[in-house]
Amino acid sequence: MKITYREAVRQALHDALTRDPRVFLMGEDVGRYGGSYAVTKGFLDEFGPERIRDTPLSELAFVGCGVGAALGGMRPIVEVMTVNFSLLALDQIMNNAALLRHMSGGQFSVPLVIRMATGAGRQLAAQHSHSLEGWYAHIPGIKILAPATVEDAYGLLAAALADPDPVLIFEHALLYNMEGELTSLQSGADMAHARVRRQGTDVTVITYGGTLWKALEAADTLAADGISAEVIDLRVLRPLDDTTFLESVRRTRRAVVVDEGWRSGSLAAEVSARIMEQAFYDLDAPVARVCSEEVPIPYARHLEEAALPQAPKIVAAVKALLPKK
Amino acid sequence: MTTAIADGHSGMREFKLPSLGADMDEGTLLEWHVQPGDVVKRGQVVAVVDTSKAAIEVECWEDGIVDQLVVNPGSTIPVGTVIALLRQPGETEAQAAQWKAKHPVAAPAPPLTEEPARRRVSPAARRQAEEKHIDIETVTGTGPQGAVTVEDVDRTVAAAAGAAVPDRAAEMRRTIAAAMARSKHEIPHYYLATEIPLAAATRWLAGVNESRPITERLLMAVLFIKATALALVKFPELNGFYRDGRFEPSPVVHVGVAISLRQGGLIAPALLDVNSKPPNQLMRELADLVKRARALSLKSSEFALPTVTVTNLGDQGVESVYGVIYPPQVALVGFGKITERAWVADGAVQIVPVVTASLSADHRASDGHRGGLFLNELKTLLQQPEGL
Repeated sequence: MKITYREAVRQALHDALTRDPRVFLMGEDVGRYGGSYAVTKGFLDEFGPERIRDTPLSELAFVGCGVGAALGGMRPIVEVMTVNFSLLALDQIMNNAALLRHMSGGQFSVPLVIRMATGAGRQLAAQHSHSLEGWYAHIPGIKILAPATVEDAYGLLAAALADPDPVLIFEHALLYNMEGELTSLQSGADMAHARVRRQGTDVTVITYGGTLWKALEAADTLAADGISAEVIDLRVLRPLDDTTFLESVRRTRRAVVVDEGWRSGSLAAEVSARIMEQAFYDLDAPVARVCSEEVPIPYARHLEEAALPQAPKIVAAVKALLPKK
Repeated sequence: MTTAIADGHSGMREFKLPSLGADMDEGTLLEWHVQPGDVVKRGQVVAVVDTSKAAIEVECWEDGIVDQLVVNPGSTIPVGTVIALLRQPGETEAQAAQWKAKHPVAAPAPPLTEEPARRRVSPAARRQAEEKHIDIETVTGTGPQGAVTVEDVDRTVAAAAGAAVPDRAAEMRRTIAAAMARSKHEIPHYYLATEIPLAAATRWLAGVNESRPITERLLMAVLFIKATALALVKFPELNGFYRDGRFEPSPVVHVGVAISLRQGGLIAPALLDVNSKPPNQLMRELADLVKRARALSLKSSEFALPTVTVTNLGDQGVESVYGVIYPPQVALVGFGKITERAWVADGAVQIVPVVTASLSADHRASDGHRGGLFLNELKTLLQQPEGL
């Protein structure tokens, strides 16, 4: 079945709402407006205002409500319009959702799912364009998912709902219109492992989310030049599946990490560090990174494009690790 | 290559590993022909250095006294490394010691190379070399910034496993590949050719050779080389080097002679100052050069200096040559097979020996118009062989 990423997320939410009466949606514009990315269009009519709840513009309040509902036995799915606004809710996410299992000595768990859009590329300027999932991946107690494919957009939601602890799902805003093949409507996707999206022998390109497609495009370009790039989609940013990328890097002996976050203190930095810690003696070149420029993401299209990781930058980074042909 | 050290009272010289070709960046010192205390003359062979192409005798460029051999045989060192220190004639050891005290490069025994820059060796390559029992210092790096990679170690392992001869051949093939790829990458070649009648030259050679024993006979190839050199004097834009974005004409004509080797590959060592030497001398030098090239024992000056290359593929039966310029030179003159042709001259058809001479030239340094005039001059010169 060929569907869009938006439709896959919508289908996953629909199935969850249908399957489990404890599931409900909450967020800005998810009801009457149908979701700022039109993911929940028609849900208000179908499931009613009890389960599809429009909230005031107060991330702190409605994420806190989600934490409380989860503690109370519900299975809330909270939508935060973009990761940029989630900072208002950071206190609830970190100090309550992530810590309560620990602080209560295991007496409470918070089975909360928070979805949010992330990433740039739509000329929405700095306050709507950042990629802060790497920050969240820093926090013990929560799981961070970054579905890059239609398959994962559908499958990971059910897996997140089944998890007894808080799970944050980051959907790259550029992916909603992307079409892909959805082969199975079975719930319960693997929420533990990275995936090799393209096999290769000369270099491992490690990425996730929106930049997966740029990395695959770069791999095509490199293939034309006789360079075989393996592309790994992390999928799960916390806990990080280092086994998969370390196995790959040990074979190819070279790694390029692509991350739309800023370079300093990025998830790419974490991946790079793990490679250095665990595969140093297998490397033929220093680990390279392609990240966003360390500037607020600009509004002007050409500047925005220049600030982000792009396929040609990935190609150049790979070539710099290989002997000149 | 020697560098005087400005020091007020001492004339100590640093003798550095010279570049023995545009493609050489390091060499392995095989042996010293001199010892500390030996008096050396300019042009004397002082050491033998192995490049990727051949074992080459390295000459000293100044008179002096060997004070210290800084590099030990067996060491692979980059071009420009100080390999010995020379005292000026008349300078005493005491004066030298005074100088050395001030200059740490000439630290006293044991002799050491200059502190080399730390080699870039990837962690994986280092482990691979350990497992394969390969000395990492013997591996040439091809990775980023010259880093040694696993592939480089594997290549060295494979080379060590094979016989010495195929190894040398493979290395030479790589060297040729690098130089020729660079040439075709950088040099905008243009090609011109002309047919040159050789009736007069053939007659003249027959006359000269009639009374000579076979070993002393002149070959047409020598006339080609000499005529090329004389013509180049009039066309300096075809003789010299293109370096750092500009052409440097050469005041002398050192003709690189392409010599194919029996084990495969080729080298193009130089006949020096060809324009000012008579054909008989050139013939002796050419025979000697070919012999030594095939024995892989050439002098450094012959290797580093060609200002132009002449290639003669006539023996292989081809009629014309479209040569690839050897950088940083700017021209290559090719000669094909001498064949008897029906030739129209003075309104009549005659049977005349004819050769096709071709010019491959660097368009950055010269234009086709001048190249054409050069070939014409070459043709004219070969009509008066007695003047060569």
